[in-house]
Amino acid sequence: MKILVCISSVPDTTSKINFTADKSAFDKNGIQWVINPWDEFALSKAVKLQADGTTVTVINVGDATTEPVIRKALAIGANDAIRINTEPKDSFSVAKEIANVAQSGAYDLVLCGRESIDYNGGAVPGMVAQLLNQPFVNACVGLDVNGSEATAIREIEGGKETISVKLPAVIAGQKGLVEEKDLIIPNMRGIMSARSKPLTVNEPVNTEVKVDAVSYDSVPARAAVKMVSPDNLDELVRLLHEEAKVI
Amino acid sequence: MAIFVYAENINGIYKKAAFEAVSYAKAIAEKNGETVTAVSVNPTDSSDLLYKYGADKVINIKDDGLKNFSAKAYAQAMNEVSDGNIIVFPHTTDASSVAPMLAIMKNFSLITNVLEIPESFAPFQVKRRAFSGKGMMHAKAEAAGVIVTVSQNAYGVKENVASGSEEVKDLAVANEDTKVISHEQSSGRLDLKEAEIVVSAGRGMKGPENWGMIEDLANTLGAATACSKPVSDIGWRPHSEHVGQTGKAISPNLYVAVGISGAIQHLAGVNSSKTIVVINNDPEAPFFKSADYGVVGDALKIIPELTEKIKALKG
Repeated sequence: MKILVCISSVPDTTSKINFTADKSAFDKNGIQWVINPWDEFALSKAVKLQADGTTVTVINVGDATTEPVIRKALAIGANDAIRINTEPKDSFSVAKEIANVAQSGAYDLVLCGRESIDYNGGAVPGMVAQLLNQPFVNACVGLDVNGSEATAIREIEGGKETISVKLPAVIAGQKGLVEEKDLIIPNMRGIMSARSKPLTVNEPVNTEVKVDAVSYDSVPARAAVKMVSPDNLDELVRLLHEEAKVI
Repeated sequence: MAIFVYAENINGIYKKAAFEAVSYAKAIAEKNGETVTAVSVNPTDSSDLLYKYGADKVINIKDDGLKNFSAKAYAQAMNEVSDGNIIVFPHTTDASSVAPMLAIMKNFSLITNVLEIPESFAPFQVKRRAFSGKGMMHAKAEAAGVIVTVSQNAYGVKENVASGSEEVKDLAVANEDTKVISHEQSSGRLDLKEAEIVVSAGRGMKGPENWGMIEDLANTLGAATACSKPVSDIGWRPHSEHVGQTGKAISPNLYVAVGISGAIQHLAGVNSSKTIVVINNDPEAPFFKSADYGVVGDALKIIPELTEKIKALKG
């Protein structure tokens, strides 16, 4: 079986988010880049599925600055990697590149995180599925593959649903696809071997975008906190009832 | 021309997010002199519920092939019935699975997680959530048609009664790629993303045995319960309750955070809550800087007392 895992290079979760002075772009100064945490669950799951001779290829749409993140994915256990040499512009353009590779490589399974923690579009996996005309299961918290079928558990509001899916398919995962404690942390051997694993750089096949980012705003600061004594909870109840009017 | 809305239902019952999406579509329609057509798959609820928020027409797709949710089959159904240039979805898990597939089918722009009504229509431009709530983006659609998903609780549910009409359609959509094997639904739990009040707790609760008091407070307030990431990682609470950057992003009217220090990743998922109350025994907890009201003290003593006082208020 061939699995394609889509990874996005995103600011570390502890990053403070700032924008350029003219608010036209995200300010990348001082940012540490990591594999999108949602994608890391998908990658660890794919590597765990390797036992039966499955190959795992990671794909990233990004310029050369994303290569350290791709090498980390190889150190986690992917067999090889493909980088599409373009800065991602919108969900559609990223999905087109991924679908193009998935189509020509005849992958059985495309695994992604359910969204990226930077632009939060949550759109790429579903778009890839439709571009490939394949079934799509989102918000997966469990996955098993058996021949030409997968069994996926997806989170639904207030519960879970177990679904059988015909392969090839696109699955978007989240925590639960593997547990946090089962995320693969690269060891020295993995890091060393990642250096020699194949990383192919392809030029983009699509230049069309469907959405442009015009400008950005920071989140407005809240007013100063009002502290209430733990011995005077009546006051807290009064404030919530009369001032904030939320209870 | 009509603005189409995906009116999501769960087991036939409309979600609050469906009413919010209809309310949002109505606001757009009123600006443009258009009408609102809400589309729902196999609802059992009355269409009157959608007219109440401004739907001029309701298309009920009655189709056994769509008995179980499938993103692809639902997108096909939406594609068949919606012929407007603006389609509104709620930003629920199911709706935001359907919307990207529909955007490809229709060759439309897709703008997800929108927070407000559009800033302009030609071009279509709207403010959306980005960077997990640490920033916002003004996004412009480049295609002639646009699909938006409305961030839950961002616009709100607004009554605006229309005298609507109903059309029933049987589409006979094929759904051969996915098959539901089993379905587990916990009963009686409020949907965390839809809840107007959320009571959330962290490691400051000392152990899962103390969660009863969090549930008591939540029940008293009519709130959903949530937790911080460490708590779901240790297994005190299920992953589905984890709110934050890599959990669920929520925007309730009131967020009560108990024994949560307020790491930047947690704040990212909750800072669009309208009012935040922080209860923590550490006066230096960073969360106090992002709170509206704060109490420094022992949560295990404060929560039961607060619950009693709220019960008294509610009579």
